[in-house]
Amino acid sequence: MGFEPKIIAFCCNWCSYAAADLAGTARMQYPHNVRIIRVMCSGMVHPELVLDALSHGADGVIVLGCHLGECHYQDGNRKALARSEVITELLEDFGYETERYEISWLSSSEPDRLVKAFTGITERVRKMGPVNARDLAG
Amino acid sequence: MLETKKVGSVMIVGGGVTGIQAALDLADAGYFVYLIEKSGAIGGAMAQLDKTFPTNDCSMCIIAPKLVECGRHLNIRILTLSTVAGISGSAGNFKITVKERPRYVDVDKCIACGLCAEKCPKKVSDEYNAGTGRRKAVFLKYPQAVPLKYQIDPEACLQLKKPGSCGLCEKVCDAGAINFADTEKAHAFSVGALVLAPGFEPFNPEAAGIWGFGKFPNVITSLQLERYLSATGPTDGHLARPSDGKPVRKIAFLQCVGSRDENKCGKGYCSSICCMAAIKEASMVKEHMPGLSASIFYMDMRTHGKGFDKYYEQAKSELGVRFVRCRVHGVEPHGKNGDLRLRYINEQGRQVEEYYDMVVLSVGIETPKHMLDMADLVGIQMTANNFAAASDFSPVTTSKEGIFTCGAFAGPKDIPQSVVEGSAAAAAVAQFLAPARGKLTRGKAYPEERDVSMEAPRIGVFVCHCGSNIAGVVDVVAVEKHAATLPFVVHVERNIFACSEDTQQTLISRIKEKGLNRIVVAACTPRTHEYLFRGTLKAAGLNEYMVEIANIRNHNSWVHAENQQVATTKACDLVRMAVAKITSSVPLAAVTVPIVPKGLVIGGGLAGMTAALSLAEQGFEVHLVEKTDKLGGNSLNLKHTYSGEHVPMKVAKLIDRILLNEKVILHKESVVSGVEGFVGNFKTTLKNVNGRSRTIEHGVGIVATGGKIYSPDEYGYKTIRRVVTSIEFDKLHDLKETHVKRGKSFVFIQCVGSREKERMYCSKVCCTHSVQSAIELKREDSSRNVYILYRDMRTYGERESLYKKARQMGVVFINYELHGKPKVTANGKSIDVELWDHVLHRPLLIKADMVILAAAIVANKDAENLAKLYNIPLEENGFFQEAHVKLRPVDFMTDGMFMAGLAHYPKPVDESVAQALAASARAATLLSRKEVTLDAVKAIVDPAFCDGCALCIDVCPYQAITLVEKDAVTADGQAVKIVAINEAQCKGCGLCQGTCPKRGVYVAGFTLDQLRDQVRAALQA
Repeated sequence: MGFEPKIIAFCCNWCSYAAADLAGTARMQYPHNVRIIRVMCSGMVHPELVLDALSHGADGVIVLGCHLGECHYQDGNRKALARSEVITELLEDFGYETERYEISWLSSSEPDRLVKAFTGITERVRKMGPVNARDLAG
Repeated sequence: MLETKKVGSVMIVGGGVTGIQAALDLADAGYFVYLIEKSGAIGGAMAQLDKTFPTNDCSMCIIAPKLVECGRHLNIRILTLSTVAGISGSAGNFKITVKERPRYVDVDKCIACGLCAEKCPKKVSDEYNAGTGRRKAVFLKYPQAVPLKYQIDPEACLQLKKPGSCGLCEKVCDAGAINFADTEKAHAFSVGALVLAPGFEPFNPEAAGIWGFGKFPNVITSLQLERYLSATGPTDGHLARPSDGKPVRKIAFLQCVGSRDENKCGKGYCSSICCMAAIKEASMVKEHMPGLSASIFYMDMRTHGKGFDKYYEQAKSELGVRFVRCRVHGVEPHGKNGDLRLRYINEQGRQVEEYYDMVVLSVGIETPKHMLDMADLVGIQMTANNFAAASDFSPVTTSKEGIFTCGAFAGPKDIPQSVVEGSAAAAAVAQFLAPARGKLTRGKAYPEERDVSMEAPRIGVFVCHCGSNIAGVVDVVAVEKHAATLPFVVHVERNIFACSEDTQQTLISRIKEKGLNRIVVAACTPRTHEYLFRGTLKAAGLNEYMVEIANIRNHNSWVHAENQQVATTKACDLVRMAVAKITSSVPLAAVTVPIVPKGLVIGGGLAGMTAALSLAEQGFEVHLVEKTDKLGGNSLNLKHTYSGEHVPMKVAKLIDRILLNEKVILHKESVVSGVEGFVGNFKTTLKNVNGRSRTIEHGVGIVATGGKIYSPDEYGYKTIRRVVTSIEFDKLHDLKETHVKRGKSFVFIQCVGSREKERMYCSKVCCTHSVQSAIELKREDSSRNVYILYRDMRTYGERESLYKKARQMGVVFINYELHGKPKVTANGKSIDVELWDHVLHRPLLIKADMVILAAAIVANKDAENLAKLYNIPLEENGFFQEAHVKLRPVDFMTDGMFMAGLAHYPKPVDESVAQALAASARAATLLSRKEVTLDAVKAIVDPAFCDGCALCIDVCPYQAITLVEKDAVTADGQAVKIVAINEAQCKGCGLCQGTCPKRGVYVAGFTLDQLRDQVRAALQA
């Protein structure tokens, strides 16, 4: 069997976690590589968590929040988006490819977008190879 | 005359989902409930279903929490094997006698171990499995039954029929629960009101003979198919032919068996639910058996509910279910091996013969004799179709004061509508018994919370099979084994349904026996089931936040059904993550805040007014907001309801009652401009037409902002003068406009703007509306030619009688398909309508004087603004999205917010009123409390790390964080600052936690450490 990436997904309770529930109800099938961690809001995800995941062997990290303008907590997802820039810079500093991290938006009634996002990051990271593979090769 | 002193208790007859909903709403709103159930356990028909449309939710999974809640509610007393034997007294204070048949099993002793049934030698046909399986003479109605107690069937029991002949069960029962000497008991209760929710029975197709039911084993009913598909059914969810066990490759569904058929079964009405049930079942069998072919033979597909047409289209285009428009009049055997032959005339007019492995009869619903006897006994009127009679404006109020009704007993309807009516009946009762609220109820008392702060973690893991939903994909034994290896896990077990009442009891005993202080349930989603397990922990004396759910169903077995191995690995990972998270959980103290006992209703149409008046009559102050200068909304456009009630008169009366009620505070020409707060303590700012603002404090909100009429851009509307919409036509007709008055030829075109790609939903009211208008035109002048061009006539339920009447009066109904829409062109003084005639198989030209377009109902644009302000979601068509389509049809996911009327989905008067009452009942369950308990998931400051940098203050959306002085000073004498959280304002979003550079603030239940532990656990392996 080829390389199976490990992906950590932070899903907000109100939109993306609900969409993941709905994907199940609708029996949509998606890559098994993703492990969902439920957070109250995408804005709850501290940059440290993303780094911690990558340093412990996650090959990719995705944060999924509600659509911009539809946050259950007014604008928590905008805060998450702003923080995303910091996260990207941190990843560069620590020598990770920034493509290993993604932040996306979907509503609770869009399980198809969730499936797409999960499939997208899994396939992208699969092509990139395991995390820190560059260091090991070098 | 002295008014009867009202009693604060209610009797509900029928323990199905309708009665359960009414019971819960009433008990939560301060009334003591006696829930009378004829069989040995509550749950009704819903407990027999495998899946529910249109979400394919597992029926048992969604009803089980309600069963459990009902079973453990302090203010609900369930009486099983019971029926009403007599009624006296008057509304407000009835004396009702109840006959309780002997169970022969002592419920206080029975531990439901099942030994009795194992040893019982007598097997009989099982009603719960609709006759598809067999049960013993001593039996449990179904595995998740509430109460979870065995019972003996006196008709089957050898010992009861001939004492001394058996008695094996008594010998093996260690609990000593068997009591052959049990006798019938009579109870007498004083209650203020009676709610009849006995439900329905499926039509028995055997007597009619023509379908071969009872003769050919492979002809089964839709309910039997549900049992075959169910994991708890006779074949453990495997569909095989009853005759020879051969896998089913070709299956046919025959619609309208026992519905819309006066000749063979004496039932003129439509049963409303069978079309969707057949689509669901066809979709499910196709899922169970890839490659299977499923055909549905129907007259009209009646998929008029929310999300139904989309479901229908998916079944057709994505799953490949075949739909054949034709009524099949008989089933014949083909050969000797159990195959079946159907003969029918297809749409091209040819006679066709087809062969099937199995034929499913989509049986209708009816009111059985014993329910009619009960109706007679209590003295209420029934309709010609044997359903409880009620006005469209008070759909849950029977003809007798103090007696209410809901669910399928009050007319054929599906689960969401039944649940709506259950809540609606609760509101109607609460309005009637308002002075007696809280007189007979008790408060909830939980055992004292065990202090576990000094204990090392002792984790119990419970792995749910969810019938076959999880266990059918995931190797649950492997998950169990893996869980046992995890740190701090001291107990692991598997449960068929973790949400069932018996598992709750198991959880409580395990917590006590094994001294567990943390629980992981590997099951479905915490979004629907967390509260259930929290309640169980509380009942076990454990802090309710010491439970974590690993979602191994929605996020695993359902989405990786094709790969059992990876699903098992992932389930182990999810359990490990949950264990890691719960290990560092600490008990959280709930925050309670007082509730402002006032309601806010947005929208002054029929639904809004009904909801406002209902709350006011229940004794709560209500603010009613209407954006125009007039109350009434869309109802001002209507003339008659489907049963012929005069809308303007009824609406005028309702407006009067609103204006006269001191508790309703009206805000006309006002809109919502700002919202703050949360359940129990909302602050809504209204802005009126003069630009003046005022802020209202309220505990709950009901959104009833209505819908509007779609403005068509086809069929010459806007270009040809005499092409009008139904509502415009009604006005012209009312005004006796010349073209209408003199017109001789009228064409109604249905589904204008509905059931199309951009709007894949049915507007629900238009078929009935056009039929009523057509009847009126014919009644005025029978020489008129009136045509209705339709895709499917959806005169559901008892509306079917109008369709029949129109046909009898000579209204011509012509079917068209979406790809062959009628063409409308002006031709001098008349209008040419061309279309393909499917019966005559040739093009048809109608010369019309007027063309009436049944235009869709669309969502109001205002909804978008409200959605943002209150954080309440809209679905794809712009209507509001309820918390759960089946079981929470008027609730929003946001606590304290409810919806009613067209803002939710197109619907007729009676359904709008029912939904408005339901919203009021749900709102009243909150308003009747003194305080609301807020989720304890809130930010907490760690003074050891917070250095008062105040970055979190900037990101907090609720201004819940302030900078305060610490009792310390810096070296240079400056006061040390630190942040503080206002608990009532904090909603636990964790923006502060995500921002804090010092780990100085965290959200209880989602701390940075817990999330990090989850991440690391996920990556271990």
